[in-house]
Amino acid sequence: MRLKIPSNFRIVRVPCTGKVDIIHILRAFEKGADGVYVVGCMEGDCHFNEGNFRARKRVEQAARILDKVGVGGERVKMFNLSSGEGPLFAQYSIEMDNKIKELGPSPIRVAKQNKKDAA
Amino acid sequence: MIIAEKKPIEEIIDEVKDFSRILILGCNECVTVCEAGGKKEVEILASALRMYFINKGNEKKVDERTLERQCDHEYLEELRSNIDDYDAIVSLACGVGVQFAAEKYLTTPLIPGVNTVCLGANEDRGLWTERCQACGSCVLARTGGICPVSRCAKRVLNGPCGGSTNGKCEISKDVDCAWQLILDRLKALDKMDDYEKIAPIKDWSTDRAGGPRTVTREDVKI
Repeated sequence: MRLKIPSNFRIVRVPCTGKVDIIHILRAFEKGADGVYVVGCMEGDCHFNEGNFRARKRVEQAARILDKVGVGGERVKMFNLSSGEGPLFAQYSIEMDNKIKELGPSPIRVAKQNKKDAA
Repeated sequence: MIIAEKKPIEEIIDEVKDFSRILILGCNECVTVCEAGGKKEVEILASALRMYFINKGNEKKVDERTLERQCDHEYLEELRSNIDDYDAIVSLACGVGVQFAAEKYLTTPLIPGVNTVCLGANEDRGLWTERCQACGSCVLARTGGICPVSRCAKRVLNGPCGGSTNGKCEISKDVDCAWQLILDRLKALDKMDDYEKIAPIKDWSTDRAGGPRTVTREDVKI
């Protein structure tokens, strides 16, 4: 399809979004990610029945934690699409990219950079 | 098992803010099963604390460790060689684990990371309910396996009381009347004769009324 997607994100492949845990999302932020989005299958279409529902719950929990530690829960989001919807994947990545650009860099990344500069 | 729930992260932040080297200490037993203080919760809390303090420009050392149990000497001893590396320990074990660790490491502040709630069962995904109050003298044999001490709001031993309506307790329409459950179960077991037997006054000295309790087993002591 040769769709254009932003080049500033890294895809981490998982066998099912049910594999994604809260800590995976938090670690990404701890390492300096500005945003994380989880893309799962359509709700009700999970091969493992509830993998994407579990992922959604975990994304919500991660968002609550990020809010509490001052990173901002709006930096993490869950999307659903089917494997045949490449254009929608591209659209979601652009949407997320725009949103993160609007929010600016993650405060963790800024704090880490400041520390590095000071050293 | 012992049921606990995570303390709000704000409360933990407030407790640890004055320490710079912190260990988050999980427990592999009950609190792991009830998803309050196992390895996963340790990782999440440690990560959240690290991010919070980095964000505040006050980076702290927050390490993670999960012991097999915190209510046994042998597992707590594993910490001995590293204990001086930390200014404080946040223990995600139940109240027993926190206290046992505190007794062992006298000069290191121990901070509880969970609220210990009750002795209960995992009734459904994300639902834990109380089943036992450790009263010290079990009556389940004559109550059809349903505990009136933990599940009846009044701890009535010859129930139900007048507050039982349509199988629910008067304290809430969401709470089953324990004595209704007992009656139904005794009927199913064809043991209604047991229901007619009046329970004698219970000896509450084995409960908390008798002060802190101990079990001494001379036969297993070495």
